[in-house]
Amino acid sequence: MTAIPTLTRPAARSTRQVHHHVRTESRTVNTVLFVVLAIFAVVMAAPLLWMFTTAIKTKAEVFALPPILWPEVPQWDTFVRMWSDAPILSGFKNSFIVATTVTVIGSFTSALAAFALAKLRLPFKNAIFLGLLSGLMIPYPTVMIPQFVMFSRLHWVDTLLPLIVPLLFGNIIMIFFIRQYLETVPDSLIEAAKIDGASYFRIFTVLIMPLIRPAIAAQFILWFMGVWNDYLAPILYLNSPEKQTLQVVIANLNVQYATQRDYPLIMGASFVALLPILIVFIVFQRQIIASVALTGTKA
Amino acid sequence: MSRSPAPEAIAVPAEPRADTPPTTRSKRDRNRLHRVEHRWALAFVAPPVIGFLAFTLYPILFAAYASLTSWNGLGPMRFVGLKNYVSLFQDEYFLKSLWNTFFYMIGIPIGLVLSLLLAIALNRKIPGRTAFRTIYYIPVVSSLAAIAIVWQFAYNGDFGLVNQVLAWFGIEGPDWLQNTATVKPAIIIMAVWKGLGYSMLLYLAAIQSVPTSLYEAASLDGAGAFQKFRSITLPMVRPVTFFLVVTNIIAGAQIFTEINIMTPTGGPEFSSASVVWYIWRKAFKYQQMGYATAMAIALGLIVFVITVIQFRLNRRNSFSIE
Repeated sequence: MTAIPTLTRPAARSTRQVHHHVRTESRTVNTVLFVVLAIFAVVMAAPLLWMFTTAIKTKAEVFALPPILWPEVPQWDTFVRMWSDAPILSGFKNSFIVATTVTVIGSFTSALAAFALAKLRLPFKNAIFLGLLSGLMIPYPTVMIPQFVMFSRLHWVDTLLPLIVPLLFGNIIMIFFIRQYLETVPDSLIEAAKIDGASYFRIFTVLIMPLIRPAIAAQFILWFMGVWNDYLAPILYLNSPEKQTLQVVIANLNVQYATQRDYPLIMGASFVALLPILIVFIVFQRQIIASVALTGTKA
Repeated sequence: MSRSPAPEAIAVPAEPRADTPPTTRSKRDRNRLHRVEHRWALAFVAPPVIGFLAFTLYPILFAAYASLTSWNGLGPMRFVGLKNYVSLFQDEYFLKSLWNTFFYMIGIPIGLVLSLLLAIALNRKIPGRTAFRTIYYIPVVSSLAAIAIVWQFAYNGDFGLVNQVLAWFGIEGPDWLQNTATVKPAIIIMAVWKGLGYSMLLYLAAIQSVPTSLYEAASLDGAGAFQKFRSITLPMVRPVTFFLVVTNIIAGAQIFTEINIMTPTGGPEFSSASVVWYIWRKAFKYQQMGYATAMAIALGLIVFVITVIQFRLNRRNSFSIE
């Protein structure tokens, strides 16, 4: 069995340009590893698959013994009734408003600041940059109580503003990466634009923005995911069901419907809640993986 | 490098000659231009600086003061000195939540070892390795709230996935989240599962950046697979390990979402409550804002001290290796 796929390999391989050490890989080892990785992949995927199959089971099938892997008649209705049974639609809307506003405006302010920190003359530039970086050392829970008091004095509790406004001022991680990306851009390019009489803002929008687009795109997606999946800040501020973001909605649903044992509904809603990001990930997989790998090697 | 002067090298001294005579006028012009540039640069960095001052620095200073008061968040703050901090050490709930929070960090080395092994395996030409990488990475991008919900259900003693699988092997699993002995390991397993793909990806990138010539040279010297792993791979991925340990500890110290969703009451006998969960509860359920802030400051200090120690250790170790 195992010999069949491996025997055909070397011929295909020799035509390709491969690293020297790759050719010395043992086929037996690779076959064993393939099996191990495949079993592991099943373990990794199982909870999410189970989440999906539970969503389309009947309530009785959820508690059936012995357990049922796939329902007899898939209850697709779960994905219909959840919209009227819980404020999922408004949850989507709120999460979308928060994540989009934050990332679009925040990316712009971050890019602008990164440009100034990388390419413009400014006294104490490095001190400012290091000061901003030091903010990364401070855990959110340490500042969450004072922030909450600030925003409650502004009567912003139970609105989306406390989740949006602080992040509009830019994201230091994004500033860090764009600044680093800009190091590769020669200063002479900017000097030339200055001599041509371009304003600094014009230099940024016309010259810099197109250059840093890949760096922004990568960080934008990661940031969007982070904001979309945030849970702690939203539960501090959002009380009314129609104001809550999706993560809070499903967490409340979990408490509320567990007593009624409506697990198909809970799992269906949770599945739908992670679907948008899952789709984004699968579509932009290569870019996301490349930018995550970069984060680790550069930081 | 050749010694013959390149043409640019000759041209260079000629250039400054043309505009070196520094008339006072051009100097003033340049100063004016620099001032304009300073002003624009300042405007560009202003948003993050203002954001830092308003949403990080001011809250920190405010928290430092609030932690010395008895305060319910609405009424006046009554200064009590270090009383909150003294109470911390006598508060068995705080100590327990601190212990739990550190206990969860057992998952960090487990996750790192597993993800390094996965990365080494995926670095080989194994069929379907891109698909494997994607599958392992999906939990990373998935919402933690949704993940915690499904795992809470999976750990259910009677009809959860975990015990169903164990039953195939004839093992009768416990009611994981209702049992003081199993609740923390259960949460650790979930956290390892969630974070594995991320560490694996960083390790994979680091391994792929190792020059193959190093391995070839080692093979010529007769090094075995394990020796190559120990003397080449491990040192080369050290920066990634360091990065992952630091970020995992900072994140681990703030563990909250999974605790609050999977064990809404802090677990049996408070055995799953984390520090942030306890802070949140004290501040927003019991309105003990002063006391909660003292805990928050203590948490910030602990994270800070651990990070500084790690940077110190890292500097010393990397010195001894080179």
